[in-house]
Amino acid sequence: MVSTALFFLFAGFAIACAVSLVYHKNPLYSAISLVGVFVALSCIYLTLASPFIAVTQILVYAGAIMVLVIFVIMLLNLDDEQPRTRLAYLYTLGGGLGVVLLAQTLFVFYSVLKTPLQPVDPNATAGSTLSLGRAMYTEYLLPVEIVGIMLLMAIVGAVVLARKQARVGLEAVDGKKEG
Amino acid sequence: MEPNLASYLALSGILFTIGAVGVIYKRNALGMFMCIELMLNSVNLTFIAFARYYGDTTGQLFVFMVMAVAACEAAVGLGIIIAFFRNKVTIDVDEASLLKN
Repeated sequence: MVSTALFFLFAGFAIACAVSLVYHKNPLYSAISLVGVFVALSCIYLTLASPFIAVTQILVYAGAIMVLVIFVIMLLNLDDEQPRTRLAYLYTLGGGLGVVLLAQTLFVFYSVLKTPLQPVDPNATAGSTLSLGRAMYTEYLLPVEIVGIMLLMAIVGAVVLARKQARVGLEAVDGKKEG
Repeated sequence: MEPNLASYLALSGILFTIGAVGVIYKRNALGMFMCIELMLNSVNLTFIAFARYYGDTTGQLFVFMVMAVAACEAAVGLGIIIAFFRNKVTIDVDEASLLKN
């Protein structure tokens, strides 16, 4: 009973924040709505007996990625998204695609309801941090190392992307003033 | 009803649909970026739900990998957005049209 109430509370909060993210034109409001989605999903992970992933969700997504997004919003001094003249059928197309996706969702929902589910052992250690750490550094050691290399490549790529390119020789040819 | 696997899958699908529609509707590169983050998180919820109901740690490990990929995407994607803004003084994705010429 309590788990039902908690699920619907956090699910409603996540869906409301997601709709708010899409609805708002100001990127700062969208970012704050996205933080709400992350917090709600973290609570849902706790109800699914995944404490490590729940805490990592708060630290990595709500803490690191969203702070970076808000830095970019303030650095670029972004304002509201200006309304543009768009072809009317594109909105209908977007809504139609959304309805198709939702239909697929309900089909999955229906399929899982028809499948007989095995009962969950509440004392299983599948969600514990100990079993996750053991799996990470024994059976799945290679993917973990690959992730480290990928993060290093992303850092180098971000630095290269963000720094100004030196255009000493080409400036006279461009005739374009930099900055 | 008690929440079961189907409930979590339905929530995941609904969040993914909202994110996909947001990517289509948003013209702002940063808004599109945030909707993509929403889609990644809804898929993470599916992994955690299956990990719980099948008693398998692999799903949680996969979520950890998805989080690492999302961190890389945040770093490189926001770098691209800053570089784009430096060139175009806007982040409207309709202005990203050099390849058309």
